[in-house]
Amino acid sequence: MKKWIVPFTALLSVAAMAPFASAQTAIKPAVIYSTGGKFDKSFNEGVSTGVEKFKKETSSAVAEFEPANETQFEQAQRRFAQRGQDPIIAVGFSQAVALAKVAKEFPNLHFTIIDSVVDLPNVQSIVFKEQEGSFLVGMLAAMASQSGKVGFVGGMDIPLVRRFQCGFEQGIKYANPKAELISNMTGTTPAAWNDPGRGAELAKGQFDRGVDVVYAAAGSTGIGILQAAKDRGKLGIGVDSNQDYLHPGTMLTSMLKRVDLAAYRSFKAADDGSWKGGTQVLGLKEGGVDWALDEYNEKLITADMKTKVEAAKADIIAGKINVHDYMSNNTCKY
Amino acid sequence: MSTTRRPLPVWADIVLLPLINIALAFIVVGIIVAIIGVNPVEALRLLVAGAVGSPDAIAYTLYYATNFIFTGLAVSVAFHAGLFNIGGEGQAYIGGLGCGLAILAFDRFLPAWLLIPVAIVAAALFGAAWAAVPAWLQAWHGSHIVITTIMFNFVASALMVYLLVNVLIAPGSMTPQSRPFAASAALPVLMGSTLNLSIALALACCIGVWVFLWHTSWGYALRTMGHSPSAAIYAGTNLKRMTMLAMCLSGALAGLVAVNELLGVQHRVLLDFQAGYGFAGIAVALMGRNHPLGVVLAALLFGALQQGGAELSFDLPGINREMVVVIQGLVILFSGALEHLPRPWLQTLLSRRA
Repeated sequence: MKKWIVPFTALLSVAAMAPFASAQTAIKPAVIYSTGGKFDKSFNEGVSTGVEKFKKETSSAVAEFEPANETQFEQAQRRFAQRGQDPIIAVGFSQAVALAKVAKEFPNLHFTIIDSVVDLPNVQSIVFKEQEGSFLVGMLAAMASQSGKVGFVGGMDIPLVRRFQCGFEQGIKYANPKAELISNMTGTTPAAWNDPGRGAELAKGQFDRGVDVVYAAAGSTGIGILQAAKDRGKLGIGVDSNQDYLHPGTMLTSMLKRVDLAAYRSFKAADDGSWKGGTQVLGLKEGGVDWALDEYNEKLITADMKTKVEAAKADIIAGKINVHDYMSNNTCKY
Repeated sequence: MSTTRRPLPVWADIVLLPLINIALAFIVVGIIVAIIGVNPVEALRLLVAGAVGSPDAIAYTLYYATNFIFTGLAVSVAFHAGLFNIGGEGQAYIGGLGCGLAILAFDRFLPAWLLIPVAIVAAALFGAAWAAVPAWLQAWHGSHIVITTIMFNFVASALMVYLLVNVLIAPGSMTPQSRPFAASAALPVLMGSTLNLSIALALACCIGVWVFLWHTSWGYALRTMGHSPSAAIYAGTNLKRMTMLAMCLSGALAGLVAVNELLGVQHRVLLDFQAGYGFAGIAVALMGRNHPLGVVLAALLFGALQQGGAELSFDLPGINREMVVVIQGLVILFSGALEHLPRPWLQTLLSRRA
């Protein structure tokens, strides 16, 4: 029995001491992805990009874990905390409940949650104004559409995804008040983030109804949606990471949600000792969301489209255009 | 005489054969792990240390094993009656609904000593009710139980998603989960952060199943039905009623997974808490030769694999979660499906010695 207890108590004391050492010596960061998996080409992969950047710059080791199911969140968070990993990034809103519990148990460690708010002094909550970025890609979609019908395929039907949808709708109407939006959600469970087959079917259904630009706000499910767009010669809009490279020629743009920046900054702040708890809301102004323009989609974006979108972007930042946040009152009236 | 094969002695069947199977599985796993560039000895060490190397690891292993005992027993009981219950997944899920509804309805009024038994009974009743429908369809209408129980898993999943998204969801929450249970609804934690009193319930169920199957006349009738339905009819057993009994018991046992998961650890109703335990229960029962003691041993192995596998992917970046499933799958393949591979060889060897 004693043999087990010695390493265990050693582990606990390491866990307790880690935060005092973190400012001076190298930090021991960790990241727990959401169930979509690290290589979802979208949300989680964005975080992974930021983590890789931090690794390269500071040549420090980052512990990573991909939970196989939702019940593993709490175990993973606690396991990293017990090892004295600090800071620990929890990716995705579904980790919030577990994190509220674990962060309370380890008040000396620092936690960061992306996409949700956990109100504890040792938790940094990073949320995004997805409606602002979605507004811009909505404008582009409306301007690129020949049929005047634009599609939206969301992942799991939660207020967060409706926030994307609502911003997108406003952007469409702003650019072309007569344009029509057809929306579908992939599902009501976390499996909806990881169902490319269903995503493709939903997109094809929308194409059959006249849609010629589709916005995929659905994590890994988006891979199927964007593939369907390519197969039918329609335009697709990516989400979270820059997905323009996936299908050059049929990718109109991507709504960038800079989770990579969020992860990178959080680690960087812990590294130089400037890490702070509390909630950060990242919008266009903070560079947290944006639209993508690169060599893969530059042929699809005309000079006129670019000027209009950039003008709207400046207006949103200046506060002249107010993009409604679905989650402020759970309705999409603007 | 040395070439004739006699049946294996009991000790070889229950202990030696499974050990040989596991050893074979680990050799194949070792080769695969080596191919992807990870030191197999190191991986095995981490797997074992992750499963039993510290009190916390043991607590997690036993907590997972508790779930496997419940679902393994559930499959065994039905199997003894000649019924293949593949619906443990759905029965566990609906058991969680019963357990959750009982707690959400009463946790403001009832004291813990009354609340927890009510919730346990509700979990078992709901699990049993979910198994009763396929049982009734089989007994009176001849619908095959394998098909109906599988389909009932999907119905259960759809029902729970609907209820959690639209009815039970905590107001203002983004995740489909019920409100947290009151503190009085939590089972006492025995060790670490997850191992709770449900393991005692699981072991009590093992003893209960053993007594029922081998020391009561109903259990005898049930096993007779499993061995030979015509003999059971000749002995005066009502097969329809016996089918109902076996399946309801099976469903009730599967429903108790919810006690460990919801009352013990999660303290709320959430999606997919049964996380594949119902299906794994089939492998647990096969490996445990449908005997409660064997089920406990197999459940311990499965719990250790589940916990050690998670630890493995914590420590070795080369082993991702898909690789962990491959490792677990190979162990199940060798100890379940390929269990007869070394049997003739072992039989020859042992009868030669004799």
